[in-house]
Amino acid sequence: MSPTEPFSQPRREAWWRRMSRRMDRASLSFSEQVRDVVLLRRDLDESFWDDLLQVLVGADCGLPVAERLVDRLRTRVREERMTSAEEALRALKAEMLAVLEARDRRLRIVAVPTVVIMVGVNGSGKTTTIGKLAHRLQSEGRMVLIAAADTFRAAAIDQMRLWADRSATEVIAHQPGGDPGAVVYDALQAAVARGIDVVLVDTAGRLHTKVNLMAELIKVRNVARRVIPKAPHETLLVIEAPTGMNAIAQARVFHEALGLTGIVLTKLDGTSRGGTVLAIEEDLGVPVKLVGLGEGIDDLNVFDPRAYLDALFAGVLEAPGSAPGPATPAPAKPGAPKPATPKSGSAHR
Amino acid sequence: MFESLSDRLGDIFKSLSGRGRLTKEEVELGMREVRLALLEADVNFKVARALVDRIRERAVGADVLESLTPGQQIVKIVNEELVALLGGEHRKLRYQSQPPTVVMLIGLQGSGKTTTCAKLALATRRDGHRPLLVAADTQRPAAPQQLEKLGKDNQIPVAMPDGKSKPPDLCKRGLEEARRLNCDVVILDTAGRLQIDQPMLAELREIRKKVTVHDTVLVVDAMTGQEAVNVAREFDQQVGVDGVILTKLDGDARGGAALSMKESMGKPILYTGVGEKVSELEPFQPERMASRILGMGDILTLVERAQSQMDQKTAEVTAKKMLAGRFTMNDWLEQMRQLRNMGPLEGILGMIPGGRQMIKNAGSMMPTEKDLSRMEAIVLSMTAHERIHPEVLKSQRRRRVAAGSGTTLADVNKLLKGFEQMQSVMKSVGGKGSKGVRGRARMLRQLQGMDPAQLGLPRP
Ligand SMILES: Nc1nc2c(ncn2[C@@H]2O[C@H](COP(=O)(O)OP(=O)(O)OP(=O)(O)O)[C@@H](O)[C@H]2O)c(=O)[nH]1
Ligand SMILES: Nc1nc2c(ncn2[C@@H]2O[C@H](COP(=O)(O)OP(=O)(O)O)[C@@H](O)[C@H]2O)c(=O)[nH]1
Ligand SMILES: [Mg+2]
Ligand SMILES: [Mg+2]
Repeated sequence: MSPTEPFSQPRREAWWRRMSRRMDRASLSFSEQVRDVVLLRRDLDESFWDDLLQVLVGADCGLPVAERLVDRLRTRVREERMTSAEEALRALKAEMLAVLEARDRRLRIVAVPTVVIMVGVNGSGKTTTIGKLAHRLQSEGRMVLIAAADTFRAAAIDQMRLWADRSATEVIAHQPGGDPGAVVYDALQAAVARGIDVVLVDTAGRLHTKVNLMAELIKVRNVARRVIPKAPHETLLVIEAPTGMNAIAQARVFHEALGLTGIVLTKLDGTSRGGTVLAIEEDLGVPVKLVGLGEGIDDLNVFDPRAYLDALFAGVLEAPGSAPGPATPAPAKPGAPKPATPKSGSAHR
Repeated sequence: MFESLSDRLGDIFKSLSGRGRLTKEEVELGMREVRLALLEADVNFKVARALVDRIRERAVGADVLESLTPGQQIVKIVNEELVALLGGEHRKLRYQSQPPTVVMLIGLQGSGKTTTCAKLALATRRDGHRPLLVAADTQRPAAPQQLEKLGKDNQIPVAMPDGKSKPPDLCKRGLEEARRLNCDVVILDTAGRLQIDQPMLAELREIRKKVTVHDTVLVVDAMTGQEAVNVAREFDQQVGVDGVILTKLDGDARGGAALSMKESMGKPILYTGVGEKVSELEPFQPERMASRILGMGDILTLVERAQSQMDQKTAEVTAKKMLAGRFTMNDWLEQMRQLRNMGPLEGILGMIPGGRQMIKNAGSMMPTEKDLSRMEAIVLSMTAHERIHPEVLKSQRRRRVAAGSGTTLADVNKLLKGFEQMQSVMKSVGGKGSKGVRGRARMLRQLQGMDPAQLGLPRP
């Protein structure tokens, strides 16, 4: 396992299964819709394309992206003389993969200390993600420190502390109502002094339309740079999958203000598909790096576009290599209790 | 980001100078745009389709009013349909004649339940009730502490968990606590949960079995996308929903989820959350929501907000008081509240073309929400007498105010200095003659042009 590359292979595998399993619920209605399109409409006529468009819109892909995908697909169908809906859908998946593929999605844990700032609108899952990430990085043998820089929301610091306790991660915090910049300053100084590997910065939720609050974030970032000129190494925008078109506006404004290095897509364990990330990746080139799959400490993983699409289309199209057979064993004991130490748990599989 | 429906339709019908009746073709042309506009606003696609069918039916053959273009006529019909769907029964909470009235807030994780509990409690207090909050979220770390803090800051009693009881028992105990404290409204804060999480849904049913809940309110984030309809339907079928509160409308989300939920459940939207602070709760307004969804209401909203919040009359009354040297801390606090109620300044400016640039120029001079609330806390920590006669605030009292408001002595000093300065500005304005319409107008202009920083906002 390379020290600069968290979430290395074995985890990816474990997650693939877990993701597909979790996404099953989510993809059910989506798959049913797609299947309807396949079964009910054999002809590739106008209404087929219209339905397909609506299916994509239903996954929150957004109209522009959905239209672009369908247009491209129509051209391909014509050029390659496809006749069946199933063929067309397979091609669609390839189109979607083309949008998501070919981006470096690894967390850049490149320096000591590496500074990761978590930002996003209210309630999207920043604090929880930091709690999970701290645990993951610690269990990979990294020294982690958390800066509790949400000094605004009631009991935000308590919440961060309780999360950190679960992985025995140290927290640097000030009083509620204090200056978030000062918290970050102290945390980074401590990190440098102690040779900490990764500093995770929790920030208060803020709507991207609030200019003052966006300015505050920039200030926090500048404070970080006073201690570590190259900080932050990762600026991650946390978006929750249930969010509709507003996610695109969020990404645009946060990116403009801070220069995002990645997206965390949370709450994928629900029924929402988070299709807005297609538009975000296409428009801004900011890759989804992590996904949140629940409220447990292990419910975090890297984003794998192939698995994401497989899960999305599960039951309609078989994933290459996911055909029944020894290549991908069935999910091990669904509903089995979570392994106490996820690391060894996934290694055994 | 998005074009408004009227822009879209305007483009399409540019070539048509049609008068008389809307033809089938014209309507068809328009309906595609209507559907797209709804989808862009996050209206569920099935809901959008149903709506478009209804609108089509009404539109074909409809008379185009003398003063309208076909595009405008369609917009009018669409708007009327949306208002009709969003409107209907409008009500507050179902206050019981036999107390206590029990309200339960439910919803997905992070939708805003805990914050809204505190907001609702304050709303019930304004209605003359005595609320109690029950912290029944034993899932999210520090959730009870969050509610406890909100309660403490606003003098609302909170029934806290004991560390071992399950939420249904906590709720039952909360009711007993309410009886003991003579509170007549009980608001239950529950843990966020997915609408497909069966054990967690069963817990909500269990609560409803243990205590009589008069209003089960679904709290939904206004930024929610296509799944809003499934979330609403499942919660309604599995637990039972009586009303909805839509949160985070202070952002720029179109809020099409409101339509999706109305269409799938038919339950009234009671309130909207328009900010992180407990004062930021507004009654639901169907007309405004409809124009917001269609992307046409921004300017309208702005104008209305500005008018209702900072209306001339209030300003004039304030101005008169100022001139007479009778401007007190109370007036000042009121003014600050109005300023804040207009919504975050930047949000408002952001609605106007060119507004974003203005904000950029203003930069860090703008008071943050935090500045305003700190200031409010300081004034609120003064006695009634001190607010009218701030000159009695000598160091002893100032120290008490600082402690009571959780600020520093320097903050209090700064605020009082600012207030003094403003009063002297006012007096000099008054001295220059503020009689007659012209004088008053000039003064109002001066008031409006004042930098908030001049009003003595304590800066961190
Ligand atoms: N189901 C599910 N819930 C999640 C996930 N991530 C976070 N949550 C829940 O969502 C809620 C909000 O999460 P937080 O981590 O507090 O979000 P935040 O962005 O820090 O919120 P603020 O600081 O209040 O803006 C909590 O109830 C979390 O338990 C996820 O992946 N799946
Ligand atoms: N901007 C804004 N933020 C809100 C609003 N309502 C709640 N929030 C924020 O959303 C986040 C989640 O709210 P919370 O009440 O903890 O949600 P819960 O998990 O459903 O109890 C917090 O950061 C709140 O401050 C609102 O109307 N506007
Ligand atoms: Mg947080
Ligand atoms: Mg809560």
